Amino acid sequence: MRIWDLHCHPQGFGGRTPEESMAEVVRLMDRMGIERACVYLGSLQHYDPNPEQLREHNNFILRCVQHFGHRVFGFAYVNPNYVAESLAEIDRCIRDGPMVGIKLWVARRCSDPAIDPIIERAASLKAVIFQHTWIKTTGNLPGESTPMDLAALAARFPQTPIICGHTGAQWELGIRAVRASRNVSVDLAGSDPTSGFTEMAVRELGAERVIWGSDAGGRSLGSQLAKVLGARLPEAAKQLILADNLHRMMKPVLAAKGMRV
Amino acid sequence: MAIIDTNVYLSRWPFRRLYGDEPRELMAKLRQAGVAQAWAGSFDALLHNDLGAVNARLAADCRQHGDGLLMPFGCVNPKLPDWKEELRRCLVEHRMNGIRLHPNFHGYRLDDPAFRELLALAAERGIAVQIAAMMEDERTVHPLVRVTMADLKPLPAAVAAVKGLRLQLMNYRGVTPAFMKELTAAGEVYVDFAMIEGVHGLKRLSADVTPGRVVFGSYFPFYYHEAAALKVKEAELSVDTMAANARKLLGAVR
Repeated sequence: MRIWDLHCHPQGFGGRTPEESMAEVVRLMDRMGIERACVYLGSLQHYDPNPEQLREHNNFILRCVQHFGHRVFGFAYVNPNYVAESLAEIDRCIRDGPMVGIKLWVARRCSDPAIDPIIERAASLKAVIFQHTWIKTTGNLPGESTPMDLAALAARFPQTPIICGHTGAQWELGIRAVRASRNVSVDLAGSDPTSGFTEMAVRELGAERVIWGSDAGGRSLGSQLAKVLGARLPEAAKQLILADNLHRMMKPVLAAKGMRV
Repeated sequence: MAIIDTNVYLSRWPFRRLYGDEPRELMAKLRQAGVAQAWAGSFDALLHNDLGAVNARLAADCRQHGDGLLMPFGCVNPKLPDWKEELRRCLVEHRMNGIRLHPNFHGYRLDDPAFRELLALAAERGIAVQIAAMMEDERTVHPLVRVTMADLKPLPAAVAAVKGLRLQLMNYRGVTPAFMKELTAAGEVYVDFAMIEGVHGLKRLSADVTPGRVVFGSYFPFYYHEAAALKVKEAELSVDTMAANARKLLGAVR
């Protein structure tokens, strides 16, 4: 079965340089049968990165892609608190560079229309748009989006595909929150491998709207793969989730860049 | 390859139906996964006060559906009145080889004298003790039942104070390598890895406590059973070594 990982952070694999980190990423991808991975966030230290830190993160990922472009796709880290600088990063990394998507993390909730110019620019480039979401019983960070925030964003851009990162982690709530947003797909990554997650996502959204990711190195590739490999679903649905949905979502940007995968 | 899965539960998780919470499904999954022996506790033990009934049902279910594969681990709460009778029933009536404790759900600390007395009695009777430090990521628990992980800091001293104790720590996270080394140096302590995360998480754990102290634990059916085996593959470790460790923990190899 072909496996693409939507959600991978190379620095979590150790190594002093992007190249060292990526060598370990690829070793473990090979061990676990993963063909491709989307990589983003050079480090996890900046919840609200300033423009210089954004560039630093993205330069890390550019080096990952430069040396391992046959195995990974790069996503640019952007921050809605610095819209102009984020647009510049999108231009530098995606329009003029090798990256194919954007990563939005926890700087500002995505229900805030301040994010809209970033979404518009990414959409104009057909880039993949990934927004982190969580619903924490212990309380979200001030700028941390929930799937409910994402549904509000998706309603403002009904023609633009958007990925709901982590499905809010409390997936029984997250799936419900984005169920009616037909342009939203959910990411399975970065929560415990609780039984029933993938089956509910497929039941409520359809297999075409469910995408596998790991959130490695903070998460085990094995624990996250189990969410699909252990799910009681037809093999065809598993293949959609493990790679084909992501591939389909990426086709426009890959085609625009003349990349054949 | 014969897996001894030390971390399995019967009955109902209070907040969700799970594939495997019916014994027939559970057994089918364990067999499919190559599990030769599974140590089962009961989810009912978390919130039910009548642990006598919980343990009796657990023993009966293992006997009726287990086909020699399921081994019941009853629960004792040393803060309940007459808890020693519970331990006696586990040992004498149900002939259990071990008990599984839930200090966080039962609301006692690991430096509580009653807990220490329970450890001493378990060691005296030669049974294994499992301590489940948590049951779910505290960020995803039901907001009305916010049960946090047990404070493990007193555990090394508690273990060191009881000669002959065989103990397993299960369902824990966020502990330092230094603590794990201290804990496993304190006595015959084994650890599972159901809640250990990160691409190098299990490999590092094995290095910290030595491969001779790691046992296989899936936390099925709460987690997909495949997660544990895939972590073992990722870490390039051996389930055979883990099974041998489990037999030592059980007292089958002295």
